[in-house]
Amino acid sequence: MPKEKLVIVGAGMASGRLLEHLFEAEPDRFEVTVFNAEPRGCYNRIMLSPVLSGEKSWSEIVTHDDAWYAAKGVTCRFGEKVVAIDRARKTVSGERGEVPYDRLVIATGSSPFIIPVPGRDLPGVVSYRDLDDTNAMIEACKPGARAVVIGGGLLGLEAAAGLRLRGMEVTVLHLSGHLMERQIDASAGYLLKQDLERRGIDVRLKASTAEILGEGRVEGVRLIDDTEIPADLVVMAVGIRPSTALAAAATLEVGRGILVDAQMRSATDPEVFALGECVEFEGAVFGLVAPLYDQAKVLAKTLLGEDDTFVLRELSTKLKVTGCDLFSAGDFAEGEGREDVVFRDPARGVYKRLVIEGDRLIGAVMYGDTADGGWFHGLIKDRADVSEMRETLIFGPAFQGGEPLDPTAAVAALQPEAEICGCNGVCKGSIVEAIGAGATDLGAVRAKTKASASCGTCTGLVEQILAVTMGGDYAAPKAQPVCGCTDITHEDLRRLIKAQELKSQPAVWQELGWRTPNGCHVCRPAVNYYLLADWPLDYTDDPQSRFVNERNHANIQKDGSYSVMPRMWGGITTPDELRAIADAADRYGVPTVKVTGGQRIDLLGVKKEDLPAIWGDLNAAGMVSGHGYTKGLRTVKTCVGTDWCRFGTQDSTGLGIRLEKMLWGSWTPHKVKLGVSGCPRNCAEATCKDVGIICVDSGFEIGVSGAAGMDVKEVERLAKVATEDEVVEWVVAFVQLYREHAKYLDRPYKWTAKVGMDWVRETLADAATRADLNHRFAISQSVYQRDPWAERTEEQQKRRYLPLADLTLEAAE
Amino acid sequence: MTRDMGWIDIGALDDVPLRGARLVKSRAGCIAVFRTGENEVFATSNTCLHRGGPLSEGIVHDRKVTCPLHNHVYSLETGEVQGADSGRIATYPIRIENGRLLLEAAAIAKADAA
Ligand code: SRM
Ligand SMILES: Cc1cc2nc3c(=O)[nH]c(=O)nc-3n(C[C@H](O)[C@H](O)[C@H](O)COP(=O)(O)OP(=O)(O)OC[C@H]3O[C@@H](n4cnc5c(N)ncnc54)[C@H](O)[C@@H]3O)c2cc1C
Ligand code: SF4
Ligand code: FES
Repeated sequence: MPKEKLVIVGAGMASGRLLEHLFEAEPDRFEVTVFNAEPRGCYNRIMLSPVLSGEKSWSEIVTHDDAWYAAKGVTCRFGEKVVAIDRARKTVSGERGEVPYDRLVIATGSSPFIIPVPGRDLPGVVSYRDLDDTNAMIEACKPGARAVVIGGGLLGLEAAAGLRLRGMEVTVLHLSGHLMERQIDASAGYLLKQDLERRGIDVRLKASTAEILGEGRVEGVRLIDDTEIPADLVVMAVGIRPSTALAAAATLEVGRGILVDAQMRSATDPEVFALGECVEFEGAVFGLVAPLYDQAKVLAKTLLGEDDTFVLRELSTKLKVTGCDLFSAGDFAEGEGREDVVFRDPARGVYKRLVIEGDRLIGAVMYGDTADGGWFHGLIKDRADVSEMRETLIFGPAFQGGEPLDPTAAVAALQPEAEICGCNGVCKGSIVEAIGAGATDLGAVRAKTKASASCGTCTGLVEQILAVTMGGDYAAPKAQPVCGCTDITHEDLRRLIKAQELKSQPAVWQELGWRTPNGCHVCRPAVNYYLLADWPLDYTDDPQSRFVNERNHANIQKDGSYSVMPRMWGGITTPDELRAIADAADRYGVPTVKVTGGQRIDLLGVKKEDLPAIWGDLNAAGMVSGHGYTKGLRTVKTCVGTDWCRFGTQDSTGLGIRLEKMLWGSWTPHKVKLGVSGCPRNCAEATCKDVGIICVDSGFEIGVSGAAGMDVKEVERLAKVATEDEVVEWVVAFVQLYREHAKYLDRPYKWTAKVGMDWVRETLADAATRADLNHRFAISQSVYQRDPWAERTEEQQKRRYLPLADLTLEAAE
Repeated sequence: MTRDMGWIDIGALDDVPLRGARLVKSRAGCIAVFRTGENEVFATSNTCLHRGGPLSEGIVHDRKVTCPLHNHVYSLETGEVQGADSGRIATYPIRIENGRLLLEAAAIAKADAA
């Protein structure tokens, strides 16, 4: 009987495995021809990364050499691409001629996705898929050469790490807010970024490439924010697409990949099969080898006429970068009925998260210590009942079956010389001694020994030592934590963000041991504010962590409409501005126009989709947002002062406008309102504002921390100064001190009541301190003093104010 | 807008901010489309049971949203109010395909008839 003619397109990892199974079972059944576009046979593609980094050589990763194919009698047409399939005549056409088949296997793998930006075809732009790409990268590695890797997924990071090991300066550009967002969550992504940065790789998140620059050869990359990064090599690793063009041209049914059934038979033609990354099965496409090996086994059976079925399995991911230990498996999204068990060891950079649903473990993400990854993956795949070991599950298999861990017992067992506070070198013995000498609470221990007084991560340990040493006499402090996600108070949170230089939300969650994966509506706005106040240049404001009014830059009303309130500097307006406001009110059908208590005009009842347009009109008339919706500077109320009033002692209107122009746009812990009155008759009600100035003949009296809302309180004297310049300097210093220290949602009067007006006066009495505060405020304003209206009239931004879709006509059918 | 086997393409996944939401108008009323921190999508009625607050303007955390007006919290999966309050808003089948968001046409039509 003549042998069956089996033709395979593609000599990749999947088809290599298929051949092994076939020849092992029935060495003489098929006459095999293999085409491969690459000029070589099958090799271990996933080991290209160690080849790139120099940890392995090419010959070590070849799995099927010429001798192997020869011994099996395989006709190798390597370096020859298949250009067409004729299913009617049952032939395939390679670049060098036609071959007939009885059965055909398409195993063309994937192709790298190339983002459609100008310059993508320049020499020096490579993708990362095969040996040629790898060699091109190795060749580009000259001392001092610079590489930009676009894409911070698995492939991009392996490329970046390899290039770095070969001495290149490497920058990774990643579109999303954290690395490898498909495989790991934000907390693990944060630790990964830190590790990569430690090896000298520059990682830029939320970086969107606009253009690849260069004349005749790549010279750099320009981002959409116009940052330019010089580069001698650009690696595109933004994703892969199943290679389906050949199959589609042969009219095989193709979705994202070639559609196959559980026997790997194409949906269209019983003699044509598909295998590997080019297929789509039950809606899934593939990017890791484990399921492809399962497919190869099933397809071998099918071709041999035996029964087998391909099933989707839970996969796990690892990154092959030495020293970056990450692991993820299963489904790790949060949700109803799912319980997260989070373990963080900030000191070791360890993060583990298990997702449990009912009695089963359904997902796991780990960073820093992944030794138990395989065990967890097994529990997920086997759908094992974990209810018995739930309490200690996160500690891994070593702890199962033992006694449950009691943290205080562990602390009690520590030797007196065990170090507790690393920052200040305080050991357990000194703390116990201090407690014996009368330091019976955390504050006292801190004052006496300095333990936990610096970075604060050992606070929990110190408290446990207090508890163990004092037994029942110790009353744990009842300080109010920020919310249920943490035990930390606002005050500690602010201190730790500064002390530990935490500059992102995931950094806060990881280093301070948040119990939830990404916070809640209570802590997120607070953390977002603290980060932007402390690190204006490093942290990017997160609109998704803001309440609706601040996210939309307008106050939401009870019917879901919004109010629009332009700034009226110091309460001064002009006929032109009033006309523009009147026109806008007409044009957008504004139901209510109201003069506010803050000396400006409020347009109430504007539809969300009209906001960008009405803002645009008001902008055109020279007006900017009044920030009537922010925890930030609201109004500066003034009186007419020396301009008109017969009692006016100073230019209160001018000073008010000057202060408003200085302070507008800044974010503060709660809203801030100012008043400037021209004389002690106080027509601007300055004595009940957050900052109030009373002008007198000899100068200016600056009062702070007044209130006239839910509490009513007169301002307290901060200073008396002689000139307007000094007023501005003092007021900015006070506002910045408030920005840097107050708890989120404390108005200034609440904050000064906690820290004491004396401390505020003493701090601000020092001219150098005032100058520093002014300087830091100026830096923050360089980022945040922007008119949000002007920024949101651009097309892209405008769309956000429209419904995503309008189906009111659709559903009628 | 294209229709495909009972699913309506309402836009791209990336049109909805991460941990954010967008509004879709339909004859069944306003629908909020949410995207969680883990890139999952959910669709629910946009209208809070308390005083009608627009849920697509709330803060999205876990698989939950907090109403922007008075902080009632809803599960995006079940539509159930969390905590002390009780009640449930409608949820609609939605899925992601090739980076596009597909909303089930039948669910909206049914709600329309009701
Ligand atoms: C429009 C206005 C009333 C008016 O028609 O005059 C107003 C309207 C609102 N005030 Fe006010 N306040 C307005 C002047 C005041 C004043 C008087 C003043 O500024 O001279 C006070 C007392 C002074 C003060 O700030 O404490 C005032 C004390 C409050 C408070 C209590 C704050 C407190 O710490 O006790 C709130 C609630 C809050 O902020 O948490 C509040 C909150 C609100 C909110 C934002 C309620 C809300 O969250 O939706 C209202 C928004 C309506 C809107 O959409 O515009 N409003 N509010 C005034 C706008 C002034 C402006 O031009 O920006
Ligand atoms: C750098 C790198 C690191 C990786 N690391 C991992 C990892 O750690 N873990 C993991 O599980 N997976 C990893 N992968 C993915 C893994 O390599 C793939 O899943 C696997 O190789 C896919 O096998 P395949 O046979 O479907 O396709 P491929 O191995 O890509 O083989 C397809 C072959 O078909 C050829 N071909 C295409 N079209 C034609 C045509 N018209 N005519 C003739 N020949 C054609 C191609 O030239 C190619 O040689 C990695 C991939 C890369 C690139
Ligand atoms: S006093 Fe202020 S918050 Fe109260 S109803 Fe009037 S505007 Fe609204
Ligand atoms: S309207 Fe939603 S909580 Fe009141």
